[in-house]
Amino acid sequence: MSMATTRYTTTAIALHWLVALLIFAAFPLGLIMSDMPLSPLKLKLISYHKWLGVTVFLLVLARLAWRAVHTPPPLPETIPAWQRSAAQALHYLLYLLLFAIPLSGWLMSSAKGFQTVYLGVLPLPDLIGKDKALGDALREVHEMLNFGLLALLFGHIAAALKHQFIDRNGVLARMLPFLDKEPS
Amino acid sequence: MMIRLLTALALLACGTANAAEFGALQADKSTLAFVSKQMGVPVEGAFRKFTAQIRIDPARPEAGHARIDIDLAGSDAGSAEANDEVKGKSWFNVREFPTASFVSSSVKTLGGGRFEASGKMTIKGKSLEMRAPFTLRQERGALILDGTFPLKRLDYGIGSGVWGDTSVVADEVQIKFHFTLK
Repeated sequence: MSMATTRYTTTAIALHWLVALLIFAAFPLGLIMSDMPLSPLKLKLISYHKWLGVTVFLLVLARLAWRAVHTPPPLPETIPAWQRSAAQALHYLLYLLLFAIPLSGWLMSSAKGFQTVYLGVLPLPDLIGKDKALGDALREVHEMLNFGLLALLFGHIAAALKHQFIDRNGVLARMLPFLDKEPS
Repeated sequence: MMIRLLTALALLACGTANAAEFGALQADKSTLAFVSKQMGVPVEGAFRKFTAQIRIDPARPEAGHARIDIDLAGSDAGSAEANDEVKGKSWFNVREFPTASFVSSSVKTLGGGRFEASGKMTIKGKSLEMRAPFTLRQERGALILDGTFPLKRLDYGIGSGVWGDTSVVADEVQIKFHFTLK
């Protein structure tokens, strides 16, 4: 098999790991800052969290656009059909959440009366006006979607590790090409 | 006949003179708001409790006078958390300084329908000269004053200590007033 068909494109790999890194920063940041009493540090962390969210949103859009024109490498033939379906469903849900979570955060910010100003310089439009009840509801939605994401990521990572260490079928190497160089 | 006509004219003149000066604040149609910048994000706030004694004649605005008193405990800084915070010692310190006030000393005409009130702003026991430009507009028997001016919060020690970091909360706060008088 040639490399081209067994691994994701470099662009897809870069986008995947960059988004992963940003989520692993934004998620705990969100948990920590929401429990903090008001302080200048809290205001800074909220802004960083929102900037991370906007960045994830943009990178996910880029990822989807890239994927639309670059078919992912096929899964090894040894993988049963139910696992293929499960993997596909999980990926669609992941994309949905990676899109919906920043969106819910953006709307929640607007409803709470705090516009999102990307990197402190680029104001994003407020799609909805200030509305306390709606802001509180969107906060719940944002939180629930995030715990949904956490569950999906747990499944995503567990499946990748299972493929690597139990099935030893090279699925993880499609996204981590250096694994391919090791003798199996 | 002549006397009656003169009396009528005098009454009319009197009537217009009285009607020309506006002085009764329509509290439900008046607002005192502010916009602070937090991490580059403009955040709307308002002073919900204030009194404004304003007397102004649109024909002679220079003779106008204003006194605004703000009950700072009624400050809305944009969220419940922030409302509690701004009452505290490092912000308005409402326990020691419950009111802020502005008392005008003069009004000048800037031209183009614009005017400027000068006077003393007192916040947290500190008084500084302040100029507030405004416009006048008559609408359905009411006189509407609209204006915006910048205030440097640190000049009055508002948001001291850790909050003195202007990269988080900017020094300059925009004050926006909208007064409807009858």
